[in-house]
Formats: sequence, C-alpha cells, structure tokens
Amino acid sequence: MWIFDRDLWSEIFATLGKNLFRTFLTMLGVIIAMIILVLLLGGANGMSNGFQKIFAGTASNSLFVWSQSTSEPYKGFERGRRIQFKLEDATILKEQIPEIEVLAPRIELGSHRGVVTVYRNGLTSGSAVYGDYPNIDDIMKKKLVEGRFLNENDMTESKKVCVIGEETYKLLFEKGENAIGEDVRINGVFFNIVGIYKPNQNINIDGENSVYIPFSTFQKAFGSGDRMGWMAISVQANTKVPVVESQIKRLLKNKYDINPTDERAIGSFDMSEVFNNVSAFTGVLQGVSFFVGILTLLAGVIAISNILLITVKERTKEIGIRRALGATPKVVKRQIVLESIVITVFAGFVGFAIAIGFLALANNMIGDNSDMPFYNLMISIPQFLGSFILMVGLSVLIGLIPANRAIRIKPIDALREE
Amino acid sequence: MIQIKDLHKSYKMGKNSLHVLKGINFNVEEGELVAIMGSSGSGKSTLLNILGMLDSSDSGEYILDNVPIKDLNETKAARYRNKFLGFVFQSFNLINYKSAAENVALPLYYQKVPRKERQEKALKYLEQVGLKEWAGHLPSELSGGQKQRVAIARALAAEPKVLLADEPTGALDSKTSYEVMDLIQKINDAGNTILIVTHEPDIADMCKRIVHLKDGVIIEDKKIEQVRAEQYV
Repeated sequence: MWIFDRDLWSEIFATLGKNLFRTFLTMLGVIIAMIILVLLLGGANGMSNGFQKIFAGTASNSLFVWSQSTSEPYKGFERGRRIQFKLEDATILKEQIPEIEVLAPRIELGSHRGVVTVYRNGLTSGSAVYGDYPNIDDIMKKKLVEGRFLNENDMTESKKVCVIGEETYKLLFEKGENAIGEDVRINGVFFNIVGIYKPNQNINIDGENSVYIPFSTFQKAFGSGDRMGWMAISVQANTKVPVVESQIKRLLKNKYDINPTDERAIGSFDMSEVFNNVSAFTGVLQGVSFFVGILTLLAGVIAISNILLITVKERTKEIGIRRALGATPKVVKRQIVLESIVITVFAGFVGFAIAIGFLALANNMIGDNSDMPFYNLMISIPQFLGSFILMVGLSVLIGLIPANRAIRIKPIDALREE
Repeated sequence: MIQIKDLHKSYKMGKNSLHVLKGINFNVEEGELVAIMGSSGSGKSTLLNILGMLDSSDSGEYILDNVPIKDLNETKAARYRNKFLGFVFQSFNLINYKSAAENVALPLYYQKVPRKERQEKALKYLEQVGLKEWAGHLPSELSGGQKQRVAIARALAAEPKVLLADEPTGALDSKTSYEVMDLIQKINDAGNTILIVTHEPDIADMCKRIVHLKDGVIIEDKKIEQVRAEQYV
C-alpha cells in the first residue's frame, strides 16, 4: 500500500518541516477551531448531563392526577361540586388501562398542600403529611440520607412508621442528634422514624418539609376510609403520557359523572412534557454547537488551503523539477492532498487534546455541585469520530484546490521561471 | 536512437503566431555526443524541450529508442521522461532542501526503486562524478561546478537512453565548464547518448557533432574532431 510508503511520508514531512513556523501558524486556525468545537459540544453535553442529573430519580414518563371541583353542571349536578377519588379508582385504572406501569395512590392530611403540626419533645414542625404506597419510590426516587423508605411490610402490617424530610429533621431535632427509631406525634398518633430523605432541589413536588407514612396506616390512624387524594402514575416506556392521561381522565370523568368537556374537575401534570422541553432545548443547543464548531473548522481548513496555495506557488520550480524527473500528476496531487490531511489531522489532535484538558479542568471545578446545570462535560465517541471524519473529509476536499493548482504547473513553464 | 522528421512548432503570441521550428529533420545514433548550436531565438531550446517531452510539437514525427512519441498526456509524458531521459539544466535545478544523495535518488523514487537500492545507486553515481564525500551536503553548501555534477549524477541515476543538457555550462566559469565537459565526455565515452544545447563554440567543439540552427531550420550538421576537455583541466 502506498499509504505506508516511508518515502512518501518523509517527503511530506520534509516539505512541512521546511517552514515550521508557517506550518504552525497554519495549524493554529484548525487547533483553535477544534478547541471551539470540542468545548461547545462538551458544554452542551455537560448541560444535557446536568439536566439529567437534576431529573435523576424522577421517572420521565410519569404524570400526576388529582381531583378538583367541577366547573360545568352535568347530569343534574351543579357546578362547583368537589370530586373525591376513592382507592378503588386505582385498581380500576390499573385493570382497564394496561399502559399504566406503576400507580401509586396517595392521601394527604388536611387540605391539598395543607400543613399539619408534627410534635416531638416540645419541638414542632409544620409539615405536609402523606399516606403513600411504597411504589411511589419507583416514580419519584427519594434520596435517603439515613435509614430506609417505606416498604411493603409497613403497608401490610400498617406499621406506625414514617420517613421525614431533612427540613423536618432540622426543626424537630438538635444538630447531629440521632432520629432513626425516635417517635414523632401527628394528630395525637405516634410514628416511629425509619428514614430521613433529602429533597431534590430542582424538582420538588412534595415540598421541602414533608412526612411520609404508609397508606394503610394513614387510613387507620386518621380514619380516611377509602378516600384517595391523588395518584402518581408512570406509563410503559413505549407509550405517550398524554395518550394515557386522556384515557385516565375519560374513565374518571365517566365514573364521577363529570361533563366530558369539563377541563377543571380533574387536575393533572405531565412530567414528560418538562423532560421533552428540556431535551429539546439541549438537543437544539448541541445542534447549534456542532454547526458553529463545524463552520469554525471549515474556516480553519480553508486557511490551510490558502497557505498550501501559497506554498504551491513558491514551490512551482520544485514541482517543475519533480515533473521533469518523472513525477506523474497523480503523485504530485497525492502529496499535496496528504500534506493538507497531515496538517489538519495533527492540528485537530492537538486542539482536541487541549480542549479535553479544558473540559477535564471544568469538570474538576464543577464537581458534584448541583447548583449548576452542568455535569460531566465531555464529548461522546460518535461526536469525536464524526468531527474527525468531517475534518479529514474537509481537508481532502480543500487540499484538492492547491493540488489541482500544482498539477496545472507545466514543467516547462516552471523550469523557465528563474 | 532519435529520429525526427519534419518537426514543426509555432507559438501563439496574441493574434500573431510565431513559427519557431520550421521542419526539423535529424537522427541521432546511440553513443553520439551532439551539440545543438544557435543564437537565441533560433529554436534550439524549443527543440530540446520537444525532445525532452516537456513540450509537444505541432506536426512531425519523433521516435525515441523505436518508440513513437505522440499523443502524450501529462502522466504518459512523465513516465517516458523518467524512463528514457535524463535532464541537465543551466541553473542545475536541484531541490534545495534535499541533500546531494537525495537529489540524485529522486528520479529513482519515481521509478519506484526500493529505498535501499536507491541509496546505493545514488552513492554510486555521486562517486562517478567525484562527489561521494559530499553526499550528505545540501546544494547550498556546494559550488556551482559541484551542483552541476550532482545534477549530472541525478540525470545518470535513472539510466536514461538519452541525456539532454540545456546550456550545462552556462552558469559556470570556463575552468569549471571544462571540468563539467570533461565529465560529460567521459560519460559519453562509456557509451551514453548525449545532446547538449549551447551557444559557446568552445563547448560545442568538445562534442562529436554540431547541429547548427538558425530561424527554426538546421543550416549546418557536421561531424567534428572532438576537443578533449581533459587538457584544460
């Protein structure tokens, strides 16, 4: 293979090495372009990763459904009727809509977003108290600082246990005091703390200061019967949340005699919409970064072409001599295109290495800081390969310009030039 | 070795056409040392360029070593030049960033001769022109005469059928000129066919035959008694 020909390469490096300073200046454009490309892509990826980290633990294909008051009269009922879900609704929905993956019913003490006083040793906390199924953890993962989350055993035995938020802990306990195994009192009932969780600062549906107890315990302790406040639902991976959302609403509206056109009676929140918006945003950002980076790269490669054009002009006589000595146009062309590729690829690698260094530095500085929507700034292997293939492709195309100029030199004209 | 029949060449200069070669006929046998003489504008350089396949003729026949040279594209011309011809130029035309040995090896590179063999041959021909010790030097470190000897070694390295020299002594003083002519005579003695374009009568006298061109036609073609350059060295 000619590509492995040692002489070919020594020819190329001899010509490039002949004017090292100029070769370096030529490469600078591509080096900078590559740095810009990689930094932009890395930044966009970092932002995408950052958002993913923020959403970590929250199922992206999930929705929340709760009841409100009707806004339209229907079947003899007046408007403004308060709808109250029942626990059986959960079973009915799961049976009739197979697209539902996990359905976690929840009940809240007091009104919606209401606050109940939680007591311990004379300290109090105004907390939201939820009766939950353990599977809520599959939809909204709780980051536990200590202990464990509610489990099936708590449910079946209706254990008087609770998981409290970090904020609640701070209000009820001294700093550093052990909380696991301690009791708190809610509405006159004592609950044993089994876990403390740290709320996700970026997505917070439950509030900072909350107490979770098993649903079954809630029913018995507070006499809520078969009432259900709201549902957290995740759908199968290949189904669209809005489709399931409307199915659920249709079914519930039918059950509770709500006008099908009533938009207010049942509230819902589609989590996937947020995810889609964010991923669309980061996707566009990545696209723009790539576009800008590629254009910069193109400018850099064109600079190489320009320098090679000048070089060809300067080397007119040398090329003429080579032609007189038997170099075919193909050989001359190949050499100049290869020069273009060598400069570009070398510069690309240098720029790439520098940029990766910058990204590593940035990663080091950002670390696990969750305040910034940046995490793990890096470019992916396909992005790396894509950029490199594109760069080499561009350098070949652009290298053809000086190469074609070179083979247009007639040896006789070149030799005449003194 | 070379047969030329009724060769014509004209250049277009704007609206005018300049008829440079007006029917050249001549043959060169193997082992000849021919001087092509003439004043500037006589067409001697054009003739050499056509012989060197650096330029093409408008009409006429050119046969080199029984191969008709016609319908040349750039690639074919490059191959023929590499295979058949060695060039020696007035301004040496060495590649300035390559050492003497690398310059000599260059035509062999285009013949795809393996690297090792190339280096050996380059040294062999440098030795033949008496510059073996200068193999690693760049052209800028050599004198004019040395440069021309490197160029001659380069022309010989490809083992061509014909050596074409365009004013090989034009840029040299007379003492160095005679040294170079001495070398050329010795190469000719070894059986190589050589054509020299020159306008210096003393150089022409050192050849075995003089072809005199004027206004695009051969006005004189005579065999002469060779003056050996050795005696002036």
